Amino acid sequence: MELLLVLVLGLLYAAGVYLILRRSLVKLLLGIMLLGNGTNVLIFLLGKITKGSPPVIDESYKVFQDIYADPIPQALILTAIVISFALTSFAIVLLKRVYALVNSDDLDDLNTPEEEDL
Amino acid sequence: MIDNHILAPVFVQLFTAVIQLMFWRKTLTQRYLSVGGSFIGLLVAIRLFSRVYQDGILTMNAANWDAPFGIVFVADLLSVTLVLLTSIACFAVSIFSSIGVSRQRMLYGYFPIFHFLIMGLHGAFLTGDIFNLYVYFEVIIISSFVLMTLGGRKAQLEGAVKYMAMNILASMFFLTGIGLLYGLTGSLNMADLALKVRQVQDGTLVGITSCFFILGFGIKSAVFPLYYWLPSSYHTPPSAVAATFGGLLTKVGIYAMLRVFSLIFVPDEFTRTLLMVIACATILTGAFGAIIKTNIRRLFSYLIVCHIGFMIGGIAMFSKLALMGVVFYLIHDIAVKTNMFLIAGLIRQLRGTMDMDKLGGLYRDYPKISVLIALVLFSLVGIPPLSGFWPKIFLFQEAFLQTQYFFVAALIVGSFVTLYVIANMWAQVFWKNPPKDEEVDDRFAPMQPYRKLLMVLPIGMLALTTLYIGLNAEAIVLVAEKISSQLIDTSTYIEAVLNKNNEL
Repeated sequence: MELLLVLVLGLLYAAGVYLILRRSLVKLLLGIMLLGNGTNVLIFLLGKITKGSPPVIDESYKVFQDIYADPIPQALILTAIVISFALTSFAIVLLKRVYALVNSDDLDDLNTPEEEDL
Repeated sequence: MIDNHILAPVFVQLFTAVIQLMFWRKTLTQRYLSVGGSFIGLLVAIRLFSRVYQDGILTMNAANWDAPFGIVFVADLLSVTLVLLTSIACFAVSIFSSIGVSRQRMLYGYFPIFHFLIMGLHGAFLTGDIFNLYVYFEVIIISSFVLMTLGGRKAQLEGAVKYMAMNILASMFFLTGIGLLYGLTGSLNMADLALKVRQVQDGTLVGITSCFFILGFGIKSAVFPLYYWLPSSYHTPPSAVAATFGGLLTKVGIYAMLRVFSLIFVPDEFTRTLLMVIACATILTGAFGAIIKTNIRRLFSYLIVCHIGFMIGGIAMFSKLALMGVVFYLIHDIAVKTNMFLIAGLIRQLRGTMDMDKLGGLYRDYPKISVLIALVLFSLVGIPPLSGFWPKIFLFQEAFLQTQYFFVAALIVGSFVTLYVIANMWAQVFWKNPPKDEEVDDRFAPMQPYRKLLMVLPIGMLALTTLYIGLNAEAIVLVAEKISSQLIDTSTYIEAVLNKNNEL
């Protein structure tokens, strides 16, 4: 399981970096999303995966008797997913607006000089 | 000591924003609420500062979970100083915004988002949990995205794309760093991390993890190879927004770097050399970028980059004296940089342009305002006894002590170029006769007197703050000294966070 996750993680990061380095706006967005998911998988992996032992203490004990699944990484990932969801949806709207205004998908075209507003 | 009032500055901003949401279409009410809320926020911040200054570090456990397990909020002197300065800047910007931001933008929720942004800043300064810091960073960036795009002009949206991509990337690096750190230590509480990171056997892994933090915070604070997003986006939003961004956002990066690299990773030889190289390069590129700009706000953007280098260099030297310089510079920089962008907004209001080639004769037409602006400009340059002068002494002194001659050279070049561009700007904007063929679009003169006052008052207020920092430098040095000894010797911080069960 760990090995599989490591492979997925490497793939997500590599694909994300590759896409970010392209000039297309949409690919930039996809790259950011892939990197975000890669980070989530990384946190999940580093929480040390334990199967079949939920972090619940038996009634007769005061402390954990053996290794348990760490719930914190899941909580962190959930938070990160929610945040990246908000950021991504904002980014999609922004890129759509930019596309409508600039009429180009190329990041190099985003350099219109203009006198700024107050 | 446990004190639930730590979060008061955060909540004041939150409630201000939420109440404003109820008055979505009533921009006048929103303006009153904003100025009122910021004023209350300022009072609360002053109270918190004086308490921490007298009683030492205050902490608060969210939902009463004990320290390493729950989220903890810590108000040490560094945090509250920055909260106080943020509140001052927020108050000034909120007064300026009531005139300086168009009604159209207010109708799309300028004020609530502005207060959410300040809430995020306060939270980032006050939290003692590294994941919580990440969450507050996200609050800051999502608010700043909205502020940056509000109005939806082409240049603004183009700047926002670069700004958004880089900032999301920075958060990703930061989150990756947190993930690795959690994997190494199994903790997220910064005080607890400080103890546990020292026990980690594999020094290389810790070093690699710290690189992720340098990258993440480096993008946020706009250091040398990562700063390109800043000058290409900060000149696009309205001046009030640019003032908040320029004065406060990059400084959160510096704060986070100060916090993480004093508490969790104590910089080793490699990190210090890396930071020093980055610092020198940042100062030089920022300075040279500023020389060729004719647009005032682009020029200021490069000056931000240049002066970030001063602070990074101080962190790289990592000694008591150097950190005193950094903290003092941070205090000075927040007040001055916010003011610079407000001034840029005022100049635009006076002349209808920010291009230095088209400006001129401001001193002839508005001598009083010009003198006020000159005070701020001199302070930015660091002419004694104004505020920019004192921190540089500490930085120079420490750089000579540690024989960092490259940094000394970079400091001299940086300061000199700042002097040059500001003198040049003064000559072009204030002394030079206005170009004859240019139509002067003065929107300031026909304004009603109270509206004029509302535009000049925040600039005057921040100028007074700068003047106070400069003339009463002894008090600030005392604060900076206390902060830097807390940063060097983190045991008080760690004890305050972890051992408070005894005090209950």
